[in-house]
Amino acid sequence: MLADAREAWLDAQQAGWGDPVRLHRPGRLAAQAMDQAREVVAAAVGARPDEVIFTASGVHASQAAVLGVALGRRRMGSRIVTTAVDHSAVLAAAASAGTHQAVEVDHEGHVDLEQWAAAVGSSGTAAACIQVANHEVGTLQPYVEAGGICQRLEVPLVLDATSALGRIDLSAAAGWSVLTGWAGAFGGPASVGILVIKKNARWRAPYPTDDYQGGRWPGMPDVPAIYAAAVALDRWLRDGPTVVKRQYDLVDQLRAGIVAQVPDVDVAGDPLRRVPHLLTFSALYVDGETLTLELDKAGFSVASGSACSASSEHPSHVLAAMGTLTHGNVRVGLTWTTAVAEISQFLSELPPIVARIRATVGAS
Amino acid sequence: MNEAGSAFPGLSLDCRGMKCPRPIIEVGRRISEVGVGAVLELLADDPAAGPDLAAWCRMRGQTLLDSDPPRFLVRRES
Repeated sequence: MLADAREAWLDAQQAGWGDPVRLHRPGRLAAQAMDQAREVVAAAVGARPDEVIFTASGVHASQAAVLGVALGRRRMGSRIVTTAVDHSAVLAAAASAGTHQAVEVDHEGHVDLEQWAAAVGSSGTAAACIQVANHEVGTLQPYVEAGGICQRLEVPLVLDATSALGRIDLSAAAGWSVLTGWAGAFGGPASVGILVIKKNARWRAPYPTDDYQGGRWPGMPDVPAIYAAAVALDRWLRDGPTVVKRQYDLVDQLRAGIVAQVPDVDVAGDPLRRVPHLLTFSALYVDGETLTLELDKAGFSVASGSACSASSEHPSHVLAAMGTLTHGNVRVGLTWTTAVAEISQFLSELPPIVARIRATVGAS
Repeated sequence: MNEAGSAFPGLSLDCRGMKCPRPIIEVGRRISEVGVGAVLELLADDPAAGPDLAAWCRMRGQTLLDSDPPRFLVRRES
């Protein structure tokens, strides 16, 4: 988490903010903090503050977005069009909403826009989903073009901005009806999801609601966490461009270094049109769990999309859809403070670790 | 069992029950036991076997002739 956000979170807890719908002083302070948070998000995505809602996680935001447009448009049909590489929360929501159609992607993870548009334009389509950038490989989707297509076809677009918020300027992005995000992706608390519903969107709450957040997300909000999320996002909007530039260049170095120094490695995603901070690669004949644990011992916390890496029996659907090797997979996510020294250290530690694991399993 | 004469496997590897990357490691180790142009059969039921064998073929310049889990056919090209 960003230091500013952590500090804001703790200060907010100390201040003892109350229930934002109550009229007492702690309640009024809470309502003010919520207003500020909504303004920050609204500015980031080119929306109005009253269109901004905070949920309990990014997954909740995705579910509310997809199921809400499906409900709002149920008379038009039940087909939800996604890409094959959308987040699993979006895919699961689409499948539970009705007929789910996932459009294929190429080897770098770009959706086939023509096929996607054809699916969106078919009768019986309730809504379409696309990501600004993929959460595993970082590839940017043609989200601007997708917005234009949805406007022309009058189909609501759910835009997943989770990996992009703060790092990609979305203040002028158009054509979407509902946008989702997650504070954990930009250095805020993991317990804050972001849901922005345009005023004219055909969205209906797919769950019982109450007086909170305009009847769009029920329950008393976690004001200190939301405030901290807004502080983190605000930091990105003000000081992000220099960090973005640094991260983009560091990922370029990392990518080139891995390709040059590790034989038989499959580096995933678009090398240029991508978010600045993510790099995903797979080392042939290596199991993802061992590689993740060895890198952890060397002081690097990385994620893995390999099936053997504890959390799932199935390999990452993103890597499989792209035709990227799914075993031996590592996802490196740079933080606000990642510096060139850490990249150099990673590049000196990685090759011997991979070689050692390969030697252990008798592969070369 | 082998419907296509041209795809008659020169070697069959039964890797059912093995977790990835083990089946792919076995293919990598033993592909040289079939001649260039000949076919290797892999039996593997790990869910990652299909995508990973396809990726292995791409990375190693081999051809995935058939992918019908749990049975896969690879033709050695080099």
